[in-house]
Amino acid sequence: MSKEILIIDDSPSVRRMVAMTLQQEGYEVTQCEDGAEGLDTAKAKRFDMVITDQNMPNMTGIEFIQAYRNDPSSSGVPIIFLSTESEGDLKSQAKAAGALGWVMKPFEQAKLLAVVKKVVG
Amino acid sequence: MIDEETQEIFRQETEALIESLQECLLQLNSTPEDMELVTQVFRDLHTLKGTGAMFGFARLAEFIHDFEAAFEQVRSGNAVVTPDLIAVSLRAYDLIVALLEGEDPPAEQDAELKAALSAVTSGGAAPAAAGAEVAEVAEAEADGETEGWKLRYKLPPEFMEIGGNPVAILEELLEIGGPETKVEAILDGLPSLAELKPNELHTAWELTLPADADEEEIRDVFMFHEDSMELELTAIRAAAPAAAEVAEVSAEPVASADAPAAEAPKAEAKKPAAKKSGSANVQMRVSAERLDDIMDRVGELVIAEARLSDLAQKLNDPNLTEVVEDIRRLALGLRDTTMAIRLTPLSSITGRFQRLAHDLAGKTGKDFDFVIEGEETELDKTVIEKLSDPLVHILRNAVDHGLEDNDTRVANGKPARGTVRLKASYSGADVLISVQDDGKGLDPDFILGRAIDRGLVSADANLSRGEIFQLLMAPGFSTAEQVTDLSGRGVGTDVVKSTVEALRGSVEIESELGAGSSFTLRLPLTLAIIDGLLLQVGEERYTVPLAAVEGIVEEPEAIRDGQEPTTTVELREKLISIMRLREIFETGGERAEFPKVVLVRTGDQQIGLAVDRIIGSYQTVIKQLSPMHSRLNVFSGATILGDGDVALIVDVAQLVKAQGLDHDGKEQAA
Repeated sequence: MSKEILIIDDSPSVRRMVAMTLQQEGYEVTQCEDGAEGLDTAKAKRFDMVITDQNMPNMTGIEFIQAYRNDPSSSGVPIIFLSTESEGDLKSQAKAAGALGWVMKPFEQAKLLAVVKKVVG
Repeated sequence: MIDEETQEIFRQETEALIESLQECLLQLNSTPEDMELVTQVFRDLHTLKGTGAMFGFARLAEFIHDFEAAFEQVRSGNAVVTPDLIAVSLRAYDLIVALLEGEDPPAEQDAELKAALSAVTSGGAAPAAAGAEVAEVAEAEADGETEGWKLRYKLPPEFMEIGGNPVAILEELLEIGGPETKVEAILDGLPSLAELKPNELHTAWELTLPADADEEEIRDVFMFHEDSMELELTAIRAAAPAAAEVAEVSAEPVASADAPAAEAPKAEAKKPAAKKSGSANVQMRVSAERLDDIMDRVGELVIAEARLSDLAQKLNDPNLTEVVEDIRRLALGLRDTTMAIRLTPLSSITGRFQRLAHDLAGKTGKDFDFVIEGEETELDKTVIEKLSDPLVHILRNAVDHGLEDNDTRVANGKPARGTVRLKASYSGADVLISVQDDGKGLDPDFILGRAIDRGLVSADANLSRGEIFQLLMAPGFSTAEQVTDLSGRGVGTDVVKSTVEALRGSVEIESELGAGSSFTLRLPLTLAIIDGLLLQVGEERYTVPLAAVEGIVEEPEAIRDGQEPTTTVELREKLISIMRLREIFETGGERAEFPKVVLVRTGDQQIGLAVDRIIGSYQTVIKQLSPMHSRLNVFSGATILGDGDVALIVDVAQLVKAQGLDHDGKEQAA
């Protein structure tokens, strides 16, 4: 069974790029536009992995991680935080909130895939 | 990699972004205090930078990085929006548009605008340009080379809770380190059993990785967790007098500054050195008797442990349970090690097969290659000793009856030289040893015909291909089993089968007419300890190998009052022969109220054993019966129970034979 990954990012092009990269490798991808939508989706269904951006309307990535980790259904679900190099301290905030790791933006497709494979296999 | 549709989405998105950017900049010109606008500018730039870089606009991303930094200064209150800033920003905006359109404006423009942006927001203190990179000088260790890496790590307790997979981490490290990597789990930090939460991680690991493992790669495995975990990576130095003395390494491992040509021999030379300081392969001779003695004691320890474990469970004291768990781990570890000591590689007997093949070639005039594969496969020493004769027999048959003579082979379009292959491999807890030839193969019709002639099967028997091949090993199938001087004594194919079954193994035969045959012996790794099912019959207890048990059912009422040793009953829509152990072994004692039938498999037959009670599965240490009892072949041995009593181990195949329920018996009865 293919692994299902949830992507939360307000940028349609980033979302699409991430989705395509993962779909080409056989992952199933669900896309959400912001943290709030992402939270509803993630709570309704268990994903093998969640990838979230930080800067989004309605709910930021870190707020999403905090809210999701407060829900018992998030137990064991890895979250990867998309971060840009100028957001160094956000990385540790995301970790503290319960992210498993991060990918620095901008990223190459190969790099993203390597991280996803490492996390979900 | 990026398709057109994605490009189009990117174009639309950036268009919206630069539009918003221009609008905000223009509005800021009239309302410079509006921080929301400043934040919006910062965000738009940020997104433009991120997506731009991902779509290959490296120069754009690099430029926006500085543009964004200028607005970060404003956002954090270190600078204010001035008409100058807006003017420079609008020029910067033009550059962004040009770059997005794919134009190639002169590079000086970027630098000039960056400097201007920096100047209007920080008062001229330009950020330090990337300083000359300090070349890292590889530290040549005066006292010996890196022999390997010692890695000790402990992941945060919530690691699994946040979706981490400790096994994946170990696998990644093993991939870096290769097969030489040693792994040890450290359980010191484990809370008591009562306090242990299943989703918390308390195990630490210690690994020894070979020298060629890359430090960066090792550290990379933990890249997300390095700040929230314990991680020690130290190099093991050759010259260190004691293995315990390891030096902390801060720089890269010894860089190979040498020419590549010089590197190869160096790598080669390292290997034996590593071996020397690692596990010295010292061998010792130990008498087999002592080994058996150890095995006996370990077996009894395992039994005593099982009793202790029972007791602890009843007392339900977490402190006691913890100690018992430790003892259990140690006892099982000791058992495994002891069993491993008894293992002998197949190569200890292959010498005689080489010789046999050579002699057979001479006698038969058939030219063939004899190939041995998997000689290093290990088996219990007793098994190896007993296997020698059956293997000689199968091998002799393969050459005598399997291989065609060289002329016939050529006539059939085969290479003149035949091949006989002796192959050993592991399969789960079993070992497979097969003898394959590329000769003429077995003809099922011929075998069936002959079996019918000899009265081994009835003419209307509906047998599968596999069952027909099994007939080869039925007693009385071969008439004149050649007693050749090669084998020493004439072991018949039926003896091969019974020998292998006595070792709790089986023989599988595959063949394709014209292409060759293979005889595969499937044998358990070790004989000394088996998982048994302990049964109560009257006053007595018996053990059957758990591997043979296929199910347990209530004894059907219809046969409950019978007195004869065997009977037949319909169970699960099949007719099954039942052996009443009470009657067969004359145990006496009271009958249980709800007797059971244990369904066991022997060969291709299912048989029921009627017993009073199932006690449960039991680590059964097999003790051989003394030679005085050797006629009791329905028992393959005995085992000592926790309370000191003895339970006999039932050899189901022999019991079936003794009761005349095997295939031959049935045919005669019918």
